[in-house]
Amino acid sequence: MPRYTFSVNGKTVAVEAPADLPLLWVLRDRLGVTGPKYGCGIDVCKACTSHLDGKAINPCVVPVAEAQGREVTTIEGLAEGDKLHPVQKAWLEQDVAQCGFCQPGQIMAAVALLRETKNPTDAQIDAIQNVCRCGTYFRIREAIKSAAAKM
Amino acid sequence: MGGPAPRSTRHEEGAVDRRRFLTVLVAAPTLTLALGATTASADAGSSVPQPADILDSGDALILAGTPTAHLMLVLEVTESGEVRVELPRAEVGQGITTAVAMLVAEELDLPLRKVRIGLADARPELLLNQLTGGSNSIRSLYDPVRKAAAAARARLVAAAGELWDVPAGRLVTRDGVVVSPDGRRATYGSLTTRAAKLPLSRITARPKPESEHKLVGTATSRVDARAMVTGQMRYALDLDVPGAKPVMVRRPPTINGTVRSVRNEAAVRGMPGVIDLAVVPTGVAVMGETFGQVIDAVEALEVTWNAGTVDALSDAGIRKRLRAAVPPPAVPPLTDHIEAEFDFAFVSHAPLETNCAIADVRKDRAEIWASLKSPIIAQQDVAAALGLPERRVTVHVTQGGGSFGRKLFADAAVEAARISKAMGRPVKLMWSRKDDMRHGRARPASHHKIRVTHTRGKVLTYEHRVAAVETDFRHGVGEFLTATATRLPVAGNMSFAQTVFHLTVKVPYRFGVVTESLNEVPLKMHTASWRSVWSANTRGAEEIIVDELAREMGKDPVAFRREFLKTARQRAVLDKVAKEGNWGRDMPAGCAQGVGFHDEYKSCTACLVEIDARNPSRPRVVKAVIAADVGRPINPRGLEAQLLGGLTDAISTTLRAGLHIDRGLPLEGSYSQFHYARQQDSPTNVRIFIMPANGEPGGAGELGVPAAVGAIANAYARATGTKPRSFPIDFDVDFTPFPR
Ligand code: FES
Ligand code: FES
Repeated sequence: MPRYTFSVNGKTVAVEAPADLPLLWVLRDRLGVTGPKYGCGIDVCKACTSHLDGKAINPCVVPVAEAQGREVTTIEGLAEGDKLHPVQKAWLEQDVAQCGFCQPGQIMAAVALLRETKNPTDAQIDAIQNVCRCGTYFRIREAIKSAAAKM
Repeated sequence: MGGPAPRSTRHEEGAVDRRRFLTVLVAAPTLTLALGATTASADAGSSVPQPADILDSGDALILAGTPTAHLMLVLEVTESGEVRVELPRAEVGQGITTAVAMLVAEELDLPLRKVRIGLADARPELLLNQLTGGSNSIRSLYDPVRKAAAAARARLVAAAGELWDVPAGRLVTRDGVVVSPDGRRATYGSLTTRAAKLPLSRITARPKPESEHKLVGTATSRVDARAMVTGQMRYALDLDVPGAKPVMVRRPPTINGTVRSVRNEAAVRGMPGVIDLAVVPTGVAVMGETFGQVIDAVEALEVTWNAGTVDALSDAGIRKRLRAAVPPPAVPPLTDHIEAEFDFAFVSHAPLETNCAIADVRKDRAEIWASLKSPIIAQQDVAAALGLPERRVTVHVTQGGGSFGRKLFADAAVEAARISKAMGRPVKLMWSRKDDMRHGRARPASHHKIRVTHTRGKVLTYEHRVAAVETDFRHGVGEFLTATATRLPVAGNMSFAQTVFHLTVKVPYRFGVVTESLNEVPLKMHTASWRSVWSANTRGAEEIIVDELAREMGKDPVAFRREFLKTARQRAVLDKVAKEGNWGRDMPAGCAQGVGFHDEYKSCTACLVEIDARNPSRPRVVKAVIAADVGRPINPRGLEAQLLGGLTDAISTTLRAGLHIDRGLPLEGSYSQFHYARQQDSPTNVRIFIMPANGEPGGAGELGVPAAVGAIANAYARATGTKPRSFPIDFDVDFTPFPR
């Protein structure tokens, strides 16, 4: 079986896995990184949203081979130690999470958006596809705006 | 910061009255109390409403839980001064752990961060008191939690009094410390050993008067939020149970189909990462090293299936049966009248966390981890499925990734147990999204016939006949009703569902002679209560009719509701949204406001929305103003969250989200097909108002849906000049269904 080496939240890892095994399952089932959630496995719900070299990806459809030599960041790697990322802080401030299951993905999507767009418009926020079945969308919107204002 | 006013903690004999507490010491040096009023049943008995009162299902749940109320809570004060409570409820996002933590912190004068709420395992001794449903948690926990915490505080104060030889009545508590008049201080943690040794009968305590509440009633953020935003929150499948391997199930092409034969078992067993395979009553289970490999293996299976239970049924046939089940209106339309029929589709609960569970089944015992709202029934079901005595089954309740009614049932737990038994290993069972939508439970479809007669500005009669596909209630709620049947003010020989219907659905308006009925059509499909049970559809349809009635009678929808609502409290929430939402403001063509009202769970709410339907194929609710009176808000911030969730549910199910049943199976198998709202469907402006406390806490978890359904449908009707009758409104099959 091929062997892949990449970094996960700043730590180098090496895994033997079939090349086409989705990164989500390498993270969850092999590395015990359970922040990214399964909600569909087909790039629809976005619950698994994480970053590859700082850009949002959906590891449920990204083969592990693509991560070779690159940097994977999951929700667990967003804070620096105890110091939360401004987007996480905004999430706490707006008390966004209900069941919380979608929120790792929502936060990673928001961070990626704010990296590209300092002050996203409502239309740009609308383009976030992540499903929140608890219906927290309005608080997500407010949290993104408040994080943008502070970043 | 000034401490709270001292409260009397009475030691005198004779003061021990019906509020006396039974205190059970479990282990020192940790002070552990498992307590409640010793006369709990007499206590609750005196609060039973008179038969003439409306007793809703929340009351029935509380009554049913009463015999075990004194066992319900285990509260521990640890040596580090933390207070831990094992809560016999599920946390699925509704924020109950935060609300309970607030009650405990308030009563003990403790910082919120020092309170830890865990979810209790299934505890069969609680009988009916471990059910999370009916928007009933706060209503059933408010008194027991406060009493438990007050008793713990009284013990700690008494212990300090003994230590310093100061009458307890002269001591105060603040921030987790007992303070004497001369300034001596003892932390709770330092007092636990002494407190645990105090004779039981010497101490009585009463909860704080509500007027002294400092934390309860203030907007408070979730106690579990940090774990959620850092990815540390552990849901069932995030747990590391030794040896538990990923498992999924290949499911039949129609609901309840069964396996006849697996045609390529050897080939699938040989696939990379595959560990084991087993045929179970629900399909073919495959275990592998990773879920990624299991997904491929399940996909690769070639299975011959036996028929399911509703193979011949599609939407048209179901609708026909529902229509046939609705009796014709009884009141002849002799005066002015309006009438209408409504249809509501099946709706998946579709929690973001699909059905899942971990099971470790051995020869003589089993252990389960899952998010369960009815864990005692889960324990019984698992035991029955495995042929084990119930006491050999341990059920751990994990944090849930949403429920909306789905987790009343333990489908995944029972299935995981069966698979673990068949494979002889611990399993981590996950349902695919497709299976969760197609084979998971759903809100049943319903059909409604309403006739209202009126004359000279008065409504004479109001008749609403509902037919619905049968809702499965076999999750323990049946037991509560059996237990309380004789005390429920519902006459006649009604089915269980009809009884619940009459306990939950009521017309809040003065509409003369009101007749409502439910007829269920039993179909062997997977159903379950869905947030607000029948109220979303039944009351939603009524709110549409109310608008149409107002129009026919030449009245403004808000003015009309004001005139016919029964209480000042109801009118107050309506007035609030009308004012804050600027009711009646000019709107561009294709845009409109709409309003809806709902009263249930001893709470009431009004919702005003603005819809932009200028693109008629994609109408969007752009603004919402909601007001709710829940009697006594514990955490207004959490209540707002629940109402926001209810609003989003209403946007989804009114406009676009439903399931099509086609030859025995839902067509939808993805959020790209079942159109639950996304950010782009959600309003950019939402304001929610929680009315000040004015009574006992009411329920709120389900409250928001029906009023919002009415408001959205009414806004849509005005914006488009149509009369919506079938929901969701936009319900084309706009996708290619996945293969079966
Ligand atoms: S699980 Fe990756 S997008 Fe749904
Ligand atoms: S918080 Fe539950 S799915 Fe978003």
